[in-house]
Amino acid sequence: MAGLKHIDEYRDRRLVGNLTKKIGSELTRPWTIMEICGGQTHAIMKYSLLDLLPLEITMIHGPGCPVCVTSVELIEKAIVLARQENTILASFGDMLRVPGSTSDLLSTKAKGGNVRMVYSPLDAVRMAMEHPVKRVVFFAVGFETTAPAVALAVKQAAIRKLENFSVLVAHVLVPPAMKALLAAPENRIDGFLAAGHVCTVMGYEEYLPMAEEYKIPIVVTGFEPVDILLGILRTVQMLEKGRHGVENAYSRCVKKEGNAPARELLGEVFETCDRTWRGIGHIPGSGYRLRDKYRRFDAEHVFDLGGIKAEEPVQCISGEILTGIKKPTECPAYGKLCNPEKPLGAPMVSSEGACAAYYKYGK
Amino acid sequence: MENRLTVKPGPTQRFESSCPIPISDYEHILLAHGGGGKLTRQLIDKMFYPLLDNELLTRGHDGAYLPAIEGKLAFTTDSFVVDPIFFPGGNIGDLAVNGTVNDLACCGAIPKYISLAFILEEGLPMKDLWEIVKSIKKAADQSGVMVVTGDTKVVGRGKGDRIFINTSGIGQVMEGTNIGPEQCTPGDVIIMNGSVADHGIAIMSTREGMSFDTELESDTAPLSGMVEQVLLRYKSVHVLRDPTRGGVASALNEISQASETGMILYEDKIKINESVRGACEIMGFDPLYIANEGKILMILPEEDAPGVLDILKSHPQGKEADIIGRVTGEHPGVVKLITSIGSSRIVDMITGEQLPRIC
Repeated sequence: MAGLKHIDEYRDRRLVGNLTKKIGSELTRPWTIMEICGGQTHAIMKYSLLDLLPLEITMIHGPGCPVCVTSVELIEKAIVLARQENTILASFGDMLRVPGSTSDLLSTKAKGGNVRMVYSPLDAVRMAMEHPVKRVVFFAVGFETTAPAVALAVKQAAIRKLENFSVLVAHVLVPPAMKALLAAPENRIDGFLAAGHVCTVMGYEEYLPMAEEYKIPIVVTGFEPVDILLGILRTVQMLEKGRHGVENAYSRCVKKEGNAPARELLGEVFETCDRTWRGIGHIPGSGYRLRDKYRRFDAEHVFDLGGIKAEEPVQCISGEILTGIKKPTECPAYGKLCNPEKPLGAPMVSSEGACAAYYKYGK
Repeated sequence: MENRLTVKPGPTQRFESSCPIPISDYEHILLAHGGGGKLTRQLIDKMFYPLLDNELLTRGHDGAYLPAIEGKLAFTTDSFVVDPIFFPGGNIGDLAVNGTVNDLACCGAIPKYISLAFILEEGLPMKDLWEIVKSIKKAADQSGVMVVTGDTKVVGRGKGDRIFINTSGIGQVMEGTNIGPEQCTPGDVIIMNGSVADHGIAIMSTREGMSFDTELESDTAPLSGMVEQVLLRYKSVHVLRDPTRGGVASALNEISQASETGMILYEDKIKINESVRGACEIMGFDPLYIANEGKILMILPEEDAPGVLDILKSHPQGKEADIIGRVTGEHPGVVKLITSIGSSRIVDMITGEQLPRIC
């Protein structure tokens, strides 16, 4: 853990001061920048970076919160699975409190459903090996960041010939969502801070055509205050010079081609599919599903879940929050009808949700 | 110190070697151990009495007769359900004693007597109970508190989780002190005796599905001796609080709201062990919300801070003591944090349990 001292350099007061000054000195007009990842949103709120930035910069918070965009229908499917006899539903902790249309997984657990929190999908594989008479379903949520671990879990299950392990796949992909945001008529994004963790896995080649098509700067950005300010500075510099394209402000982690073994694994296990994003809607080619070769591990193939349909509660405007059209504080339900104890929608629950970030850090 | 009851040193030595209840007879707790009959008697006579021996406990009556105590008394109760029951740095036994001792210390009281009530699950290994009772004895001796009464119940297998412990405690409030959250006053400083989140992360490091290697140990420890030394010299201490569940953030929010004062914390001054910090970064936890079991927040007038810090730093539990924040008349009921980069944000009460982030 000694390497963590490394983090202090990216939380350095003097560097932060220099960067905010530099951003201010390069500005000639207002710009609207979206940070894609919920982890970045939380860092922005945790360090009150909005208070340090020049007023000309408007940060809007993107859809990069995987549990927030997981469809209500998939959550309902997970809840139904958790209620089955002899079945264990395992998922990441963040997913368990997110309300579906009728309940959430923690409440399902309280009522006797077998729900387990795991930190790694491989723990779910181990669970399946330890409980051969139970069916273990891993609810696989996340962007390209968590997908390689899930792919590895599926491969392990195949190697071990497990017949009691399956995955309810809810994986979503970032670039198609960015394109959907740019193509929307209400789009007002001048530049993107791309999600550093996603790019660590996937690289940033796939952003190049998008930056070209929409003439927009995309800067790969990390998660510490200095990283985020550096991402903003690079975006502002490109905007002020009228340039577009992709730049990497997180080169200590991200290479252009990403993590080759992880990408290879993803390609072997998954193929892209259309996916419905909670609050946003249907985005073509924005999800992963298991390839035919691994279909026997697909929970939607193993269990009959076809009849399960669900609707979003009407008071939640998560779509407008996730696409940056509205700030959490502009939602009539924020802090009143909707708070972390009684969330109406996912952005108030997740550690990466924008509403939860605003609430926790007292905005 | 002079008004402390002397505690007879228990015959610890004799029992270090092995469990006194013949393992060949009863390797595990049976329902009958809580039935009030012969096996209950055996548990009391062979395990609890010899180890926790004192003249108030071993009279074997339905309750203990306590000698009169002069002045104000403090009384508290707490139940302990920690999982796992043995964790790095301690077990449910010392936790149960230290927890109640520390609550009394936070009332400005010298802990005198505690009760000890077990709810055991059928099948608990006898040697586990033996280890736990040994830790109880050790913790009680360390803080000078006497176990004077107790109870044992056994529930059927699957109806409990191995062992639950309740302890209640009585302490003698130190004369001249007036400690309570409402005493918190603008201008006061907030002192903490060391690093945050050690206990919570030590526990989490052992849980299923959250395994990560760490050398970290729980900070569970009695604070009464250290607090007594401070209060002997400084009656001016306004608030004492052990930031257990909910961590430092929740404890300070409660005090801030009760006293209608504001608080400012300095992120740079709050100590976090490297391994705790690493675990928190990886799991997405905020250490300010994680439980401590050997830490105390002291809120007192600024002019007394240097003297109090001297006393704390000379004590094993207070070597890393420092001023971590201040009380202000501004923003009553709100705790703010000056971050390491110099910005400020609100530190709110926690909602539910902290969950690990997924990416």
